[in-house]
Amino acid sequence: ARDIKNRRRIGGYGIPSHPNHIRSITHRSTKKSLHKHGVTEIVIINTITMHRFLSLSSKSNSLKKFMPRSSYHHSNLLHTHFTNSKTSTYLSKSTLKHSSSTYQLQTPNWYSSFLHLNGNSRFLGSQLGINRSFLSGYWSSCGILKKRVVNGSGFLTVKSFISDLRSFSSEPDRESIEYDVVIVGAGPAGLSAAIRLKQMCREKDIDLSVCVVEKGAEVGAHILSGNVFEPRALNELLPQWKEEEAPISIAVSSDKFWYLTKDRAFSLPCPFDNRGNYVISLSQLVRWMGSKAEELGVEIYPGFAASEILCDVNDKVIGIGTNDMGISKDGSKKDNFQHGVDLKGRRITLLAEGCRGSLSEKIMKRYKLREKGSAQHQTYALGIKEVWEIDECKHKPGAVLHTLGWPLDHKTYGGSFLYHMKDNQISIGLVVALNYHNPFLNPYEEFQKLKHHPAIKPFLEGGTVLQYGARTLNEGGFQSIPYPVFPGGAIIGCSAGFLNVPKIKGTHTAMKSGMLAAEATFGVLNEGSNMETYWDNLRSSWVWKELHRARNYRPAFEYGLIPGLAVSALEHYVLKGNSPFTLKHGKPDHEATDVAQLHSPIQYPKPDGILSFDIPTSLHRSNTNHEHDQPPHLRLRDPKISEFVNLPEYAGPESRYCPARVYEYVPDENSRVKLHINAQNCLHCKACDIKDPKQNIEWTVPEGGGGPGYSVM
Amino acid sequence: MKIMVPIKRVIDYAVKIRVKPDKTGVETSNVKMSMNPFCEIALEEALRIKESGLATEVVAVSMGPTQCVDTLRTGLAMGAERGIYVEAKGDLFPLSVAKILKKLIEIEKPGLLILGKQAIDDDCNQTGQMVAGLLGWPQGTFASKVLLDKEKQVATVEREVDGGLETLCLDLPAVITTDLRLNQPRYATLPNIMKAKSKVIKKFTLLDLNVEIKPDLEIVEVREPPKRKAGVIVSSVDELIDKLRNEAHVI
Repeated sequence: ARDIKNRRRIGGYGIPSHPNHIRSITHRSTKKSLHKHGVTEIVIINTITMHRFLSLSSKSNSLKKFMPRSSYHHSNLLHTHFTNSKTSTYLSKSTLKHSSSTYQLQTPNWYSSFLHLNGNSRFLGSQLGINRSFLSGYWSSCGILKKRVVNGSGFLTVKSFISDLRSFSSEPDRESIEYDVVIVGAGPAGLSAAIRLKQMCREKDIDLSVCVVEKGAEVGAHILSGNVFEPRALNELLPQWKEEEAPISIAVSSDKFWYLTKDRAFSLPCPFDNRGNYVISLSQLVRWMGSKAEELGVEIYPGFAASEILCDVNDKVIGIGTNDMGISKDGSKKDNFQHGVDLKGRRITLLAEGCRGSLSEKIMKRYKLREKGSAQHQTYALGIKEVWEIDECKHKPGAVLHTLGWPLDHKTYGGSFLYHMKDNQISIGLVVALNYHNPFLNPYEEFQKLKHHPAIKPFLEGGTVLQYGARTLNEGGFQSIPYPVFPGGAIIGCSAGFLNVPKIKGTHTAMKSGMLAAEATFGVLNEGSNMETYWDNLRSSWVWKELHRARNYRPAFEYGLIPGLAVSALEHYVLKGNSPFTLKHGKPDHEATDVAQLHSPIQYPKPDGILSFDIPTSLHRSNTNHEHDQPPHLRLRDPKISEFVNLPEYAGPESRYCPARVYEYVPDENSRVKLHINAQNCLHCKACDIKDPKQNIEWTVPEGGGGPGYSVM
Repeated sequence: MKIMVPIKRVIDYAVKIRVKPDKTGVETSNVKMSMNPFCEIALEEALRIKESGLATEVVAVSMGPTQCVDTLRTGLAMGAERGIYVEAKGDLFPLSVAKILKKLIEIEKPGLLILGKQAIDDDCNQTGQMVAGLLGWPQGTFASKVLLDKEKQVATVEREVDGGLETLCLDLPAVITTDLRLNQPRYATLPNIMKAKSKVIKKFTLLDLNVEIKPDLEIVEVREPPKRKAGVIVSSVDELIDKLRNEAHVI
């Protein structure tokens, strides 16, 4: 039963199908297999289960009230035909069932006959007569399916192209709620889009329901960024941000740029112009934006992870589904199992998941958005950051420092930052581009090394670390922007990739993209225009100009540090953004890793516990946690590759680049070294999804509410 | 029969806490707060009793600053029918909470009061016992199993005590405090969270309740536990005895 379920749902927990996995969940999937025969009958079952759901709280007649305002129009025709005989008996059964004290969705008796259907065709004959005709009656009406595959038990199953898109036939036990717009991700882009939408509603006196789902336990919990904030987009969105007490108070007071060698620091001319910008904690700003959005009437639901995309029969995206909660490691339902919920965006779903968003990547593959936009692949960097509280005398609010060089070598692009925020707090971090060649590189340990540099150490001595975190960021810039519109929605923010690499700022462009998408969405919902206007507006906005001007800085470093600096100087001082050429990116990040033979292991110094720390200590400071008893959210597409490719050829790079030590190669009882995945540690940085040499690791979203708990990052 | 469940808003259990620089307490600003895990278990038990038909209504109660209402909403999203919020500023110590609860119980007249055994921020383990004392109700603390008998109006509570498990039979109305192994709290689903928005939360102030709260405890200082010192590997038994006698002064 399980494997059918997995073929239909994304990130459906990739549990290998066990025929004996026939527990109460299987009734769902068998219903699904029936559903493949046509959209119509699902609804019937859906109404029945909705009915059952209701009998939990209220009696009978409320069925109509709770019928989802969905496009199940045909349901009503068949509803009377099929359910009459069923519902009455059904109801009595279900009410009886709920007199027991366990809180579990009970399987109605007549479904248990379906339980054994899958993989066991001889049961087909043993069903109640009505079920038989039920099946055969609908066989002929299924003309809408795409790739039809008849499985062993004679059922039609739909093999989706990418197993993460569920064709529009929602599982009967899942509730579905409709909104005009559904936004995935409560980050700067998502919240800007939501706020802009509600602002336009107020202007034009129209009401649109907007829902934002966020996988973090609260808004801002998964937000991590340097951050020197350019208020350009915020000034357009919420011009009164100062009066409304946005957590933006420290203006940039100094801007330094150093080139580090092992023992010294050389001051270079500063390429940045941060006048008018602020040093902030983006997590706090997003929290504030969340409260602004709620004031305007946006519904924000933290703790719910969007794990799948819902499509209708025309391949148009109609919403997202949150994942089921309360599934244990082996796939069985626990006491507190809850189905996920389908959130349907009536016309528009916006994906604002941040860099390498899991759903966004799938959508881009599915609708070939990179090809459509003639874009190159995206390139990434991993940023590891700590927030320290330091001695007051050493703290200079608004001081901004960037460094280049040590500890990274000339072939590895990256640098560090040190920003002074308020309350004697500083943000310090190291950004390492993920197209590094040496598989023995450990970005976390490089960061720890950096803190011992004689020019950096003085700041940190006498201070304490408050929080730790890590996240990947886009470095592809202009060349990697995909076509961001897909049927039924658009991709905004870092999921598409609008970060300005030379400026190292992506917040303002993400927010602007959210605002432009909101304006386009408003047009779609009210004036019947097309979502393509989002793409047009993007290209005529300052985001485009800015990214266009900044497009050659990063690709120049493909040739090494010195050539990169030379081209950057050329671009900045001479060409001033009007270069006639556009450099291309090198290999995709995962292909850039050399085999381990070409390099030797790097010996990193042991942490001293004062300036540098080991990963478990740092992890503790990220407040990261996941419900322990859940299926691992990091999937290996082929479990053997880690043993036969990653380890021998590349020396297991995932055990080094992961900033949370999720991946460990440990010897098992037979002394064979195997990959052990500590999914509970995951910081949701997505580095593994990007850097795995064979792209074998797939990051899927775990149960909502888990993950890091950033508050000042 | 009504069940009343007091819940407390505490720092989330997964957050790494920090002592404030002035040592007056723990840093609570910009820190994630959520419902006390033991209170979640208490609420879950109350909801199960209601779903089994032995109770009619579950009322969630919370007191403190205005943000407590958010925690109450989570309780409502889990399934409680109504919420009661008592506005109280400043620190609320167990005796004060017990006095407020006593007043609320006089108003609401529930048949059962289920609480978490302790809050994870102060670990007092006092409120349940104090309320029972003030009301003169029987108490079953550290409950790991609760069975209600409606006709006989008794609750059979299996308690986890140091010596093992003790079973008590309490006449209702009674106070039960929950221990960890009682149940696994349910998730508040998205539809329930939405429905909870329309559920009623009644607000009381201390004046309305006619309760006078005098803080009977004063927090003098809060500091981190001393850092754990590294162990020492001794080379012989003599050296061990020497260290135990002369350094640790335990023999």
